[in-house]
Amino acid sequence: MNWEMLTALWPYIRRYRGRMSAGLIILLVNTAAFVLIPFEIELAINDLGRGIDVAKLLRYCLLLMVTVIARGVLNYYQRLIMITISRLIEFDLRNDLLAKLETLSQAFFQKFRTGDLMARAVNDLAAVRNMVGPGIMYSAQAVVLFVYVVAILWRQDPVLTLIAFVPAPFVSLAVQWFGKRIHERFERIQAMFSRLSTRVEENLGGLRMVRAYTREPLEEERFDRLNRQYVQHNMRLVLLAGAFDPLLQFLLGVAFVLVLWFGGRAVLEHRITIGGYAAFNLYMAQMAFPMIAMGYVINLVQRGAASFTRLRELLTQTPDIADGPATDASVTAVRGDIEFRGLNFDYDGQPVLRDLNLHIRAGKTVALVGHTGSGKSTLVSLIPRLLDAAPGMVLIDGRPIREIPLRVLRKSIGLVPQETLLFSDTLRANISFGVPNAGDAAIEEAAGIAGIAGDIADFPEAYGTRVGERGLTLSGGQKQRAALARALLRNPHILIMDDALASVDTITEDRILEQLERGRLEGGPHSRTTIIISHRISTVRNADLIAVLDHGRIVEQGTHAELIGQGGAYAELYEKQLLEEELSQVE
Amino acid sequence: MPQEEEQLGKAIDRRLIGRLLRYVRPYRAVVILATIAAALQSATQIVGPYLNKVIIDTYLFPVAGTRSLLTPYLPEGAYRGVATLGIIYLLTLTFGFALDFAQSYAMQWVGQKSMYDLRRQLFAHLQRLPVPFFDHNPVGRLVTRVTNDVEMLNETISTALVALFDDCFVLTMIVVVMIRFNWQLSLITLGVLPAIFIATHYFRKAVRESYRRIRLLVARINVFLQEHIAGMAVVQAFNREDIAYEQFRKINQEHCDAWIDAVFAYAVYYPVVEFLSIFAVTLILWFGGLRVMHGTLTIGIVFAFIQYTQRFFRPIQDLSDKYNTLQSAMASSERIFQLLDAPLGPVAAPVPAGSGVVDQAPGRIEFDHVWFAYQHEDWVLRDVSFTVEPGSSLAIVGHTGAGKTTTTSLLLRFYDVQRGRILLDGTDIRELDLGALRRRFGIVLQDPYLFTGTIAENIRMGDTAMSDARVAEAERDANLEEFLASLPAGDATPLRERGSGLSTGQKQLVNFARALAARPSILILDEATASVDTETEMRIRAALDRMLEGRTSILIAHRLSTIQRADQILVLHKGVLREQGTHQELLHHRGIYWRLYQLQYKDQELPHTSEALPGPARA
Repeated sequence: MNWEMLTALWPYIRRYRGRMSAGLIILLVNTAAFVLIPFEIELAINDLGRGIDVAKLLRYCLLLMVTVIARGVLNYYQRLIMITISRLIEFDLRNDLLAKLETLSQAFFQKFRTGDLMARAVNDLAAVRNMVGPGIMYSAQAVVLFVYVVAILWRQDPVLTLIAFVPAPFVSLAVQWFGKRIHERFERIQAMFSRLSTRVEENLGGLRMVRAYTREPLEEERFDRLNRQYVQHNMRLVLLAGAFDPLLQFLLGVAFVLVLWFGGRAVLEHRITIGGYAAFNLYMAQMAFPMIAMGYVINLVQRGAASFTRLRELLTQTPDIADGPATDASVTAVRGDIEFRGLNFDYDGQPVLRDLNLHIRAGKTVALVGHTGSGKSTLVSLIPRLLDAAPGMVLIDGRPIREIPLRVLRKSIGLVPQETLLFSDTLRANISFGVPNAGDAAIEEAAGIAGIAGDIADFPEAYGTRVGERGLTLSGGQKQRAALARALLRNPHILIMDDALASVDTITEDRILEQLERGRLEGGPHSRTTIIISHRISTVRNADLIAVLDHGRIVEQGTHAELIGQGGAYAELYEKQLLEEELSQVE
Repeated sequence: MPQEEEQLGKAIDRRLIGRLLRYVRPYRAVVILATIAAALQSATQIVGPYLNKVIIDTYLFPVAGTRSLLTPYLPEGAYRGVATLGIIYLLTLTFGFALDFAQSYAMQWVGQKSMYDLRRQLFAHLQRLPVPFFDHNPVGRLVTRVTNDVEMLNETISTALVALFDDCFVLTMIVVVMIRFNWQLSLITLGVLPAIFIATHYFRKAVRESYRRIRLLVARINVFLQEHIAGMAVVQAFNREDIAYEQFRKINQEHCDAWIDAVFAYAVYYPVVEFLSIFAVTLILWFGGLRVMHGTLTIGIVFAFIQYTQRFFRPIQDLSDKYNTLQSAMASSERIFQLLDAPLGPVAAPVPAGSGVVDQAPGRIEFDHVWFAYQHEDWVLRDVSFTVEPGSSLAIVGHTGAGKTTTTSLLLRFYDVQRGRILLDGTDIRELDLGALRRRFGIVLQDPYLFTGTIAENIRMGDTAMSDARVAEAERDANLEEFLASLPAGDATPLRERGSGLSTGQKQLVNFARALAARPSILILDEATASVDTETEMRIRAALDRMLEGRTSILIAHRLSTIQRADQILVLHKGVLREQGTHQELLHHRGIYWRLYQLQYKDQELPHTSEALPGPARA
């Protein structure tokens, strides 16, 4: 933890600085009430020694009850306020994290994988919360209590106070030392545990293979090996954890031994009273928790600081794709004319698209064909600006793409991505993803064109059926058709289908393409530019223009007939397919 | 299997505990020693207040006539007396520390050992359960049995149970000592106990409810984040940022609220416990003070009572915690034992593969009026009869659900037929040793399955006796060599989980090599080329003749090119054998096969077309 980090964390704490101050003030009073209790007992015991009357005894008893009730109320507010703040900060941080992620482009998400981001959003956030919540509260409480108790005891007997506190730093150190190591070993055990789970999963997943090849003895042997290792790792933890608590009890006990021994002498030497002796004992009991807490807090802060560094790495990312000075706010719609002009695009220093020129006129259908890695997906990602090319290389409606407000641009595009992603929600919510206020009729129409309406009608709750986590598992083809419906519902001026029907059988695909074409020609409210990426010749052959990509360049373009005539890569592909068909016919 | 939701029942079920104890039994000597250590250790825990009583009443504020257990051993002089008590205290502490450590280490050791045994037994049991069992029990749930449920038990045995004993010992001893000091005052102190129990009960209930909500919300937050991070391109392309943010904020808010509820419970509970504790102290001060005034009680005893009361509270709070742990442990053990009680099916003799002499002669297979249903009378195969002569090839075609794969599952005795019989070289397969039967088959399924380990280990499949030359030969025959040459360590290259990093085609080639290395007399290819790319299929096709040579083979494939060459083609339709013959015969027949051929003709073009270019892996 350093100054720079504190200033970074400050905006989050700042929001709650009123509450935080209130909490700290309550803590001051609350702790005072806490240390008052042994003091009152001290007085009572002294009076018991000197001789006491019933009224006075009753007064002490009432005083104790009043103190503990006041202390209870204060303690309640202190906890509620200070721990709640940490939850609120966690809430703010998590919201900010998502808000930040939403502004970042695909270039970022290539660099930071989902698993890594999840770990930061879950584990690191928890560590930061522990640092600002219990971390702050416990350390404040420990420090205040320590000051109070030392102040009270010092006045009674400075030497005895010093002696009684000898074990305190050892307790904190032990907690810190053990806490850190136990945490490390525990994490290692967690990793072993997940390996053990994976082993069982792999075995059961391949059940038939295991049985068919009578591999059971080997499987048992392999499981046994891991099982043994797991136990070994656990025993290493046990050694530490088993020593930790007894050691703590011992060190805390030593303080009582010291009080008994040297406190007893002090009473004999009339340096302290018998009540004072009792008070020393009671204060040592009160100090046990703060001693432990100090060590614990050191670890919380260390872990929290490391986690906050990782979180900040995300929170300080600058959005690389956003509206800027070039944006022309007067643009409110897009016609759908797309031009790539001398496009070069690099990704992680690797050239992906090279000197690419392609003009897609509004309302036309263009197909992109090419090997995996030829740059097709990257090319279409540039249109909704999920990735950004250098200025001037991508033009929409004849103007540089950066002049169009991002929202307007994306609003005009229906994207069906290669990797179909539906969200854990109802089908209705998934299809209306881009048009949240769409009516049922529109949703059903889009589903109809996408060829998924029939499937949905068969689902138990039709459009209300949940998919994904805790919901229905859709087949690959169903997912793709739902994703198409989602794109169509936006009534886009530009429809991008990135290998979007690969899991749909050809008969259904033909029907969908036909309906799309009809919708485009007939009563469509506007012209629609369609870009199709596919491996199937049958899918692309009717396009107005087919472009063949190879290593980031367009190597051929033209209509199906033209390309066949040219006898190039496309024609070769087509012939190969014809040959396959013939092969399966003969014999 | 019961529902997955935690259903907490009894904390103590004698039947379950009896069964659990069997796992601890081998280590009972250690358990007994640890229990004795725990008892002694808890005695050391109550020494402090007792010594305080002695030191106050004997030296600091001497009251004439007070006696204690220690009186005979204490010196006259006050300074020496105080020092003696200090040394006694320190020795007790040290002794307590040693016992505490020994005891907790010993019990953890027992826990680890017995759970090791239990996991081992569970895993072995899973290897012997019949295949149909796994149709009804999802893998995830079974994994939980072996891992989380056992871990839960371990926690109970090594931590909760020990702490439970410990707490009970300490409580008992405190009560004994207090009663010896003054029974009336003890009763007053014990009078506060029910209030603590009640407070703790309600607190646990409230907290448990909040934690349940929190768990659900954490799961929702994780799913939301996972999906939106993975699908950020979609979120952005559909201008969905603001709505997604609002949705997230809402779940996040609920999560925060659930936590604040939990914080509230703690914020109430801690002060309540503290109040009760100080209330007890006040009662002691009042009633004890009155007696001190009358000279019937010493200050030492009053102070010892005050200290004991404070030590009293922690074990009591703990006890309620342990009760919940015990409940969960009972639920876990119930589930574990249910799994262990699942009846075993026919078990392969525990002969390591390869050590037995396997008959490599091509086998003769005969289905004799076979009927089979996975459930009740829901027949998947109806009166199916056919014969495959040694060394010939059989292809099975039909729609999804026609019973093609079932045929091979029956051959390998993953399931047993209900009526009729299956003969291998004239013997009913149910009369054969299961291991010997299965070792005669080489099988390749549609989805290639690889295990963690090297490629060579995946080809050997546990047959350690298999020579390197034989592995190499299988690699060659499966056309795997070229791919292996591209790897840094060849077939010694370790594979990650399920061979991730390899393409489906590469994985399938390894599976082919595995099947060939087993030198089976019968080769089963169940849609083996359905999910591979064209290039791999070409390789496989090129190797196919070599693979089938001298073997009986059963091919299930939807690509007609593979089927056409088979010596015999069966057409299954809704579990009934409808047509049988060669490709040409069946085409002439113009029946189902002919129609399938026409129908699939278009279908067939799809995979070829889409895979003419190496495409991305399909979802």
